[in-house]
Amino acid sequence: MLEINGLDFGYRTNRKILNQVKFDVANGEFVAILGNNGAGKSTMLKCINKIIAPQNGSVLINETDILKMNRLEIAKNTAYVAQKSEGSRITAYDAILLGRKPYIKLAPKKEDYDLVEEIIETMGLQDFSLRYIDELSGGELQKVMIARALAQEPKVLLLDEPTSCLDLKNQLEVLKLISNITRQKNIAVVIVIHDLNLALRYCDRFLFLKDSQVFCYGGMDVMTPETIGAVYQVAVAVESYQNKKVVIPLT
Amino acid sequence: MEMVKKADCGTDYDQYIHKKILTIIVLVILTVVTALFAVTAGSADIPVTEVLKALVGIGVEKSVLVTLNIRLPRILMALVSGVGLASAGCVMQSILKNPLASSSTLGISQGASFGAAIAITFLGGGTVMGNTADAVTVSNPYLTSLCAFITSMFVTLVILGLSKMRNASPETMILAGVALSSLFAGATALIQYFSSDVQMAAIVFWTFGDLGRASLENIQVAGIVSLAALIYFMLNRWNYNALECGEHTAIGLGVNVSRVRLVGMTVSSLTAATIVSFVGIINFIGLIAPHIMRRFVGNDYRYLLPASALMGALMLLVSDTFARLIISPVILPIGAITSFLGAPLFLYLIFKGVNHAGN
Repeated sequence: MLEINGLDFGYRTNRKILNQVKFDVANGEFVAILGNNGAGKSTMLKCINKIIAPQNGSVLINETDILKMNRLEIAKNTAYVAQKSEGSRITAYDAILLGRKPYIKLAPKKEDYDLVEEIIETMGLQDFSLRYIDELSGGELQKVMIARALAQEPKVLLLDEPTSCLDLKNQLEVLKLISNITRQKNIAVVIVIHDLNLALRYCDRFLFLKDSQVFCYGGMDVMTPETIGAVYQVAVAVESYQNKKVVIPLT
Repeated sequence: MEMVKKADCGTDYDQYIHKKILTIIVLVILTVVTALFAVTAGSADIPVTEVLKALVGIGVEKSVLVTLNIRLPRILMALVSGVGLASAGCVMQSILKNPLASSSTLGISQGASFGAAIAITFLGGGTVMGNTADAVTVSNPYLTSLCAFITSMFVTLVILGLSKMRNASPETMILAGVALSSLFAGATALIQYFSSDVQMAAIVFWTFGDLGRASLENIQVAGIVSLAALIYFMLNRWNYNALECGEHTAIGLGVNVSRVRLVGMTVSSLTAATIVSFVGIINFIGLIAPHIMRRFVGNDYRYLLPASALMGALMLLVSDTFARLIISPVILPIGAITSFLGAPLFLYLIFKGVNHAGN
């Protein structure tokens, strides 16, 4: 269980990016963070695992405040996938093995390699596991980064727009993969996402950020034209198609 | 079926890792063979058997003298300097996220030149004298090395201080290095302008770089510093690998990025400053050795660091042997040779890189 209480962050004291943000995520739950550009979604994600240190607040995982832990302990509890991953001349296998870094003392153990190979297999990455990640397509690279995050064996997975650079097929593939694996492993997922329809399709709850604060947080019931209109300043209709909600812009 | 897939993936990875280890073994063999050749090659005609006897101290007096007092110290200094400069350059390129980072581009070498120029011109280290190779050298090498070390460490401290104020960002470190490099190059030029012909010759000779000027104590100090630095870098290899995936990803993996950058810069600068203060400016080794090895072993620092260190040692050894043999008995300046060999190789790698990217 992830509980975030009274999270405050601002680059300058007079301009708050996050103001008393509070929400919780159950194990195995998939929560979407939604809001306009500049609303503080990515900043909030980075505050949760202390990539950026928040000025106030607590981030409890199973009732322990991870903001009081050292970096390695935080890395054993949370894994973060950046919006844009950097390619390098290391193989996909080695990039995934990096996920074991918080656990490696001098060299990886057999269990570390076994886990990496299990993840490669589960995510179907065998075809390019020995290719350099700077030669991979955007979709392949994003899958590798998610695999690397899973290799950290986190309790909470933080994803910053993991589908922003992907085509429709890869967007669906990546989100389905994350959804299946995290539910299976009971990992709480917090995902920053812009596409409301993808969020509706894969997420359990939705948190809208507006003016540095939580505007509303809840299940399908918060996905209303009124909420979306108030947050994005865009008129939308929320319709049902094949028993699934879809958001249709009206302008 | 699943087990077969798993076994395949692991086996392929094992083969891939074995290739990298094989590359390192080949480098070790090449370095040993080159070192053996270097110890037998030179203007004094000494047969291989005599050299081998001299190495264990049982040959004729002349062979023992030439081998143990002249050739062996040069070779040892080439090895430890190559290891130190290349591993320091490799780490600088990683932590600064810049492929052009090295002790030369960050102003450490220029800082050392300035220190040497001060020692030669103002502190009485600059009376020149002829040595066996008809070159000029400074009369007080300890003072010159000390001043070179102090000024190059000053450059390092300024870079680190400025970076600390700006949260150790790579951009700040590089820009500070470029500015200081320019400042010290200008200051050295001014000292040269006001120095006598003899002093100027000594300054210019010092900046050429010369492995032969290192004493046994210098070799020991440089060896200990290079080895300690390499061990420190190897202990941080996973941190450097994590940085390859981006700063935020590295923090998410538990890396204290600011500390890794600041300590890494301190250790690599200290190593480069120590070596440069003993042997003068040796260009391109710190820059090109890691780039060559990136082609063979990729950016995985578990293998890139030892491979770069060995390539640095090999390149410096080859360059020095070349410098000693090409117009023997005159010994050409090693800095010029490394630049001559390094620059075209670097251009080749750049163009090959462009083609690779284009393909």
